[in-house]
Amino acid sequence: MTDTKTTPPAVQDEGGLFTRFLRATEIDTRLLGMFGALLLIWVGFHIFPGLREFVYALIGNLFHGTGTFGETVAKLNPLTVWDEGVFLTPRNLWNLSVQTSSIGIMATGMVLVIITRNIDLSVGAIVGVTAMIMGLVQVEWLPQFMGIGNPFIWIITAIIGITLGACIGAFHGWLIAYRGIPSFIVTLGGLLIWRGAAFLSASGRTISPVDSTFQLLGGGPYGAVGYVGSWIVGAIACAAILWMLYAGRQSRKNYGFPLRPVWAEVFMAAIACGLVIGAVLLVNSYPWPKGIIEQYAAANNIVVPEEGIFISHGFAIPVLIMLTVAVGMTLLMTRTRFGRYVFAIGGNPEAAALSGIDVKWMTLRIFSLMGSLAGLSGVVASARLNSATNALGMLDELYVIAAAVIGGTSLAGGVGTIYGAILGALVMQSLQTGMVLIGFDSAVQQIVVGGVLVFAVYLDNLYRKKAK
Amino acid sequence: MTGQDMTQRTDAPLVELRDIHISFGGIKAVDGVSVNLYPGEVMGLLGHNGAGKSTLIKCLSGAYQADEGEIYIKGEKAVIRNPRDARAYNIETIYQTLALADNLDAASNLFLGRELTTRSGMLDDAGMEAETRKIMKTLNPNFKKFKVPVSALSGGQRQSVAIARAVHFNAQILIMDEPTAALGPQETQMVADLIHELKKQGLGIFLIDHDIHAVKQLCDRASVMKNGQLVGTVKVDDVTEDDLLGMIILGKKPAHLAA
Repeated sequence: MTDTKTTPPAVQDEGGLFTRFLRATEIDTRLLGMFGALLLIWVGFHIFPGLREFVYALIGNLFHGTGTFGETVAKLNPLTVWDEGVFLTPRNLWNLSVQTSSIGIMATGMVLVIITRNIDLSVGAIVGVTAMIMGLVQVEWLPQFMGIGNPFIWIITAIIGITLGACIGAFHGWLIAYRGIPSFIVTLGGLLIWRGAAFLSASGRTISPVDSTFQLLGGGPYGAVGYVGSWIVGAIACAAILWMLYAGRQSRKNYGFPLRPVWAEVFMAAIACGLVIGAVLLVNSYPWPKGIIEQYAAANNIVVPEEGIFISHGFAIPVLIMLTVAVGMTLLMTRTRFGRYVFAIGGNPEAAALSGIDVKWMTLRIFSLMGSLAGLSGVVASARLNSATNALGMLDELYVIAAAVIGGTSLAGGVGTIYGAILGALVMQSLQTGMVLIGFDSAVQQIVVGGVLVFAVYLDNLYRKKAK
Repeated sequence: MTGQDMTQRTDAPLVELRDIHISFGGIKAVDGVSVNLYPGEVMGLLGHNGAGKSTLIKCLSGAYQADEGEIYIKGEKAVIRNPRDARAYNIETIYQTLALADNLDAASNLFLGRELTTRSGMLDDAGMEAETRKIMKTLNPNFKKFKVPVSALSGGQRQSVAIARAVHFNAQILIMDEPTAALGPQETQMVADLIHELKKQGLGIFLIDHDIHAVKQLCDRASVMKNGQLVGTVKVDDVTEDDLLGMIILGKKPAHLAA
């Protein structure tokens, strides 16, 4: 998903206004391209229903004589077309964010796996088996000792699930690194094995409902942080952005490195904080549905006035989990030795080993990290569904790999970013959601998603050739 | 072996490889070779492709382990199981392939495996870049591309990153595997100057090279290998280039030294 027309930042001083702007702000053109593609998809899905109305009316008018021509042309009014759309609404975008989180969490881990020239096909099955075990733990096992509804059940369950995922991943990593079995084979086997294990562990049953606190981790009206909470999150995010820009500049100044122009710093701060504030405004403008408000009012002895109460959803908890994971993983990849070694192994495994990096141990740890993220994703997915089913996480591996690759992770190894993977997951989920909204059936959805994946990688190749 | 050659010194050698054997699937890549290296000395290793020079030296740099034989460093027995152990003995290697991670920039490569960190344990990228700029100023003043992956650098620039990495961390023993193979004349001269400078500082250098002329110029002694075995070790001043060539091709010491 890249805009191949934009010029990559050049080293020379000449170049157009746009080139100089990009160089001053050090914006990644690839990132810009992904945002552009995302915007295109969003707007496209939003105006699609309105345009379809017009086309239907036009056909009716021309061939069947229904309605007048004036009425038909009036349907092209931008305002009506826009109003017909249901994609760019707080409700849909909020849901989109929740739906993205499960894939997004795993995509951040898949970036590391692919950078080191491996692949993990088992993540969907790990989601399935961890969710199933967690279902058994919180519904059938822990309540025996702690009683139903004990406030610690959710955290114990989540820790068990994530640990189980980490162990499975570590086992895969051990087979790959220390026993020399290709990752494709190990995780292809894992895909079948853990899916089967999920079925056997509960004899094929669906376990539902999950613990009521655990359920909040999946989102829903109660599983969101609300109006004030969202502003607090937004304020923390803005403060962090400003601090990072300031600290980065200060550090470059201390060493006497060239600095970005001040206007570029201010521009970056404004854009980043603007996006954060925009997101807060968006999630806060999506109110609780009437039924939930009545339920909530009854439980808290509040009288609902005639005109109703406006209670904001705010950021959903799974989205905050995904964002926390993304920030943590970005720090891991860019600010720690671990991340540096991941890139080094991907760039040249032999050189990494000769530099004293224990490549086998790193591989094991990377797969273990991937497994724990799949476990976390199992938490989010089963909480959202309020049940653990056998099909949970099915085909997730493909969406996760697609998200990482669309996000710019090179299958040749050595290149990839966490934010790219999150954006990639958002692109994948936007396509899915959008096509559901405009009523494409699942066969068409599959065709489109498959086509987009191949096309995105092709565009990426073009971009990389040009950037060289 | 060391007793036979005419290069005995009374002080303890910096490195001594004794009776090293390495074989790969029944093929003896290195067959009972002993060499030593003194501080402030450049020791050439010569031989055809596949003579076993690189294999021999890789058990000193930790890339391979010897099947048999012992390594002594400053007179004490050393155990080198991996590149990390070698680095702990202040052994640094410039590999023929340079062993750079192409997707990382110069500073990341220079400090790979030995990154500088801030007090909070995070990578100190600015600090590493500053240090790299300082090193490069003395080593290769033309080096300007600090922000790009090393895949975007020229052969000579990549070489200077590899050299900087080897000499920056207080190396006492330096292994150079064909350091000038990919370089132009000017850069080759730069490497030669560097070798002289490091020699003055008291480092011991193993220099693997095909270029007999360069070996004659740069080295104090040279060991020649053929088919995994040591042909002999000579002082380069005692032999002609033809003598060395004869040792490489025929596998025999020249007549005037063989006695």
